[in-house]
Amino acid sequence: MADSREDASRTSVTLASPGQQLDEFENPGLPPHRPRLADRDPRAEKRAERQVALLFTISVIGTLLFFVGYFFIPLNDTIARLRLQNLTLGLGTAFAMLGIGVGIVHWAKTLMPDHEVTESRHEIRPENDRQDAEKIVNDILDESGIKRRPLIRNTLLGAVVLAPLPAIAIFRDLGPLPGNVLKETMWDAGVRLTRDPSGTPIRASDVTRGSAFHVIPEGLNEVENKLEEKAKAVVLLMRLDPSELNPSPGRENWGYDGIVAYSKICTHVGCPVALYEQHTHHLLCPCHQSTFDLEQECKVIFGPAARPLPQLPIEVDDEGYLVASSDFQEPVGPSFWERG
Amino acid sequence: MKALSQRRRHPLAAVALLLMALLVTGGIYAVASSANEAKAQAVTFTANDVEEGGKLFAANCASCHGMGATGSDAAPSLVGAGAASVDFQVGSGRMPMQMDGPQAQVKPVQFTDEQVGQMAAYVASLGAGPAIPTDEMVDASEGDPAHGGELFRVNCAMCHNAAAAGGALTRGKYAPAIDGTSERHIYEAMVTGPQNMPVFSDANITPEDKQDIIAFLKTIESQGSPGGAALGSLGPVSEGLFIWVAGLGVIIAFTVWLTSRSS
Repeated sequence: MADSREDASRTSVTLASPGQQLDEFENPGLPPHRPRLADRDPRAEKRAERQVALLFTISVIGTLLFFVGYFFIPLNDTIARLRLQNLTLGLGTAFAMLGIGVGIVHWAKTLMPDHEVTESRHEIRPENDRQDAEKIVNDILDESGIKRRPLIRNTLLGAVVLAPLPAIAIFRDLGPLPGNVLKETMWDAGVRLTRDPSGTPIRASDVTRGSAFHVIPEGLNEVENKLEEKAKAVVLLMRLDPSELNPSPGRENWGYDGIVAYSKICTHVGCPVALYEQHTHHLLCPCHQSTFDLEQECKVIFGPAARPLPQLPIEVDDEGYLVASSDFQEPVGPSFWERG
Repeated sequence: MKALSQRRRHPLAAVALLLMALLVTGGIYAVASSANEAKAQAVTFTANDVEEGGKLFAANCASCHGMGATGSDAAPSLVGAGAASVDFQVGSGRMPMQMDGPQAQVKPVQFTDEQVGQMAAYVASLGAGPAIPTDEMVDASEGDPAHGGELFRVNCAMCHNAAAAGGALTRGKYAPAIDGTSERHIYEAMVTGPQNMPVFSDANITPEDKQDIIAFLKTIESQGSPGGAALGSLGPVSEGLFIWVAGLGVIIAFTVWLTSRSS
């Protein structure tokens, strides 16, 4: 160690500065070694030792605390008991980890040797390195005998070419391609609008001005892949003064006496847009604040959404219940590659 | 029975049958559609209440809502608003409005319970509207909190937050936090749709379902957060702020300690 330090101090460094001759200056070397309190004072050393031991003991206690919480706090019906157990498990694990970590760092900083060490850089010899590498590759080729044994070479090539094929089969299992799934929902002509979550049908007379109904298609609660269907089919039903709606040509009969139904899936990234303000007739998406104006067929008036919310055409059946006149006329939710 | 079967070919049989069918259909419709009609006053008012309420209204509310509560440019008509609406708006301190703004703010209640009742009686006398619910209707101990939670998450949580801690709406409006709101005011907010809140009439959420929702809200209010410090239950905003400030602070403190020299 002493030798290397002398080496370092003897080496001189040259620096080139623009417009000047190469200049030499002395290596300033390392700052003087300053002994720590624990190096000088045996009592400080003892104290540091006790501190490290205490930190490790805290870790032991933390682990014990974890097991006390795990085995001796039985859960019952109350939330208070669960909170107590969570607290003990969390605090126990935290102290178990922290005690070891802080203890080791404290040990290294106060008691382990802290002499500065200088190691000189090896000389770099690119030519030799390249020769070494070539020699290794040639040795491998010679020893494996791949040049002399074409049978092995050819079978190896075949194996390497075939080996990636299972990946194709595996990726194929991610399919099948969605097909029309993204473009169709459970809504169809004559499907009744029902309340979420009870699934009871809604009469047009139930929907008073200013009210908002959260709607699922009839029969949704019985289908097999309920959540997947629900994620596409949820609808918000609202009633306005018919004079406040401004339907574009061809969409005049998509509502019923001021009652309109719009998809609840945001056209930005698919959050449920259901924050309805009954006086401004704005629909707000809670994720990125896209705002849709019900008076303009849910046109985007603020935020990152690119398209208006799709409207579900509705009418009233013979018994006075609200039914869909067809599926949505465009895909619901965010954009996707094949949407066109 | 024989006589009835003999008369079934009588010329007037078809007319009688049609009449009966109409009566039955009309009767069923009357019963079925009654859900939307204003309920009979759950809390009864006297003629004196209406008169006193009219005086209070003229003195405190008419400057915006107009004499006779027919509304003006500044405020809507209260005809048909119902007693529940007055009890909520005035009883929670939102009305009279402190200042013009996107939304009426809660402030200390300006009237006694009796005066609120008198104004409610006056507004109820102007036109049928939602009535103030009785104490039994809003008794949280009678509701099913689990079912109420399901309804809350479908109908209310998107604005009021899953933990009922409230949330922002557009252009300065917001859905308030619900904790601390009385059972009666929660019920009245649902039937009347104050400010920009949609109306959840009895045809949408039945009175029993409303009681379940109140039971859920009172349950989460009394049980507290099962995850420890709720940080306002505001989700990633307050939790993120906490972990960025406190968590990164701790990490910085550790790195400073790790690289410092022992004395």
